[in-house]
Amino acid sequence: MTLAKRIIPCLDVDHGQVVKCINFQNPKSTGDPTEMAQRYSDQGADELVFLDITASSEKRNIMQKYVENVAKTINIPFTVGGGIRSVPDARLILCSGADKVSVNTAAVENPNLITELSDVFGRQCIVCAIDAKRNSTPTNGKTIVDTPKGPVWFEVVTYGGRKHTGIDALTWATDAEKRGAGEFLITSMDRDGTKDGYDIELTRNISERVNVPIIASGGAGEPKHLYDVFTEGKADAALAASIFHYNNYPIPKVKDYLRKMEVTIRQ
Amino acid sequence: MATTAIFDYGAGNLLSLKTALEKTSLTTSIATKKEDLINADAIALPGVGNFSASLEKLSAVKEILQTKVLEGTPILGICLGLQLFFETSQEGPGNGLALFKGEVKQLPQTVKVPHMGWNTLNLKKPGALFDGIVEDTYVYFVHSLYPDPEDPNIVATQTQYGTTFTSAIAQKNIYGTQFHPEKSGVAGLQILKNFAKIVVR
Repeated sequence: MTLAKRIIPCLDVDHGQVVKCINFQNPKSTGDPTEMAQRYSDQGADELVFLDITASSEKRNIMQKYVENVAKTINIPFTVGGGIRSVPDARLILCSGADKVSVNTAAVENPNLITELSDVFGRQCIVCAIDAKRNSTPTNGKTIVDTPKGPVWFEVVTYGGRKHTGIDALTWATDAEKRGAGEFLITSMDRDGTKDGYDIELTRNISERVNVPIIASGGAGEPKHLYDVFTEGKADAALAASIFHYNNYPIPKVKDYLRKMEVTIRQ
Repeated sequence: MATTAIFDYGAGNLLSLKTALEKTSLTTSIATKKEDLINADAIALPGVGNFSASLEKLSAVKEILQTKVLEGTPILGICLGLQLFFETSQEGPGNGLALFKGEVKQLPQTVKVPHMGWNTLNLKKPGALFDGIVEDTYVYFVHSLYPDPEDPNIVATQTQYGTTFTSAIAQKNIYGTQFHPEKSGVAGLQILKNFAKIVVR
């Protein structure tokens, strides 16, 4: 036996409530982070990711409260991201019971943040989240990757995709690994929300360049997409939101499919 | 009620272990100094931090820990907590509690490190800690180093990841897991309940 590929549901949280990930077909769904975490854990999720999108001054207090409640309820690992900009921000989340914190825009703007977090808490709890978008304009110094749709390079975008940074995602990943990132959460902004499948080239190219685990994100619409990203994409884990929230592909069904396809999956 | 003192190295998340232990028949306390450990019915060394850095925090309680262990107090080391049972570590300088002979080694570079996620247990010897746990049970790992004990008789389980390594030890009142039972779902809770039974018997 060997290390299993991980299935990770993602929950977006705003003001302490799960948003847009609500299962509208299930009237019991309240959008409460603790209840949803418990349900996913019972269904066989291997890990959970909470991305906090709250933009208010009470953000820290709100986060602390639900992170504590989630930690007291489930006993599988979970990561919390969204607005973590400093060691004290991360400490609050980790001491409230989260296993890992993820950093995104703040780390792109201040790469030293990864070094600091890793030195204080250990690399195993620092997830570097990278949002990337394909750029087909030939640019000097960028890593060109051949794809079925022609050569592209992968550009880091920040602020939820609003800002194009001009930074090569492959270069940023290797730099962030050297600085102490223990894991990468790679989101394709081209695929996010499309249900067309993960960006295999993006995922594989980062996975082959770093020696820490990769979580693929963005584009999952059916179980085969997870199979593709685990095999061709060389991902160690697959994150998805919407496919788990409707009854067509609940976690046990996705896991059954992957097991039949001979992917190592936790029972 | 039996109380398990969870030693705090000051490095982070103790809440998960505290909560998980409290789902068994045990109560918990957080220990930061010698006095907090003297009357404990059991001791847990949790799994956060760096070998050398935690030795500094541990130095103040090293003697009492060694005494309690000799007296037969059940002790559970998790991840780094297990690694501290050994003499030395490739992670950094300093001497661990040396309850067992052996070194803590780096996982090979042929696999992605940290070893992060769910992997299986190969049961090597029966024992109270693994009551009700079957062969190939999945548990959650997150680590870059593993203990390599000199004495094969203390090995309770092994796991494959780049190499075959010791993923749990058991010897008299000393128990240790390289994986995180507090993060290992139903199976992990079973292991902690087994530890609780060991404590109260």
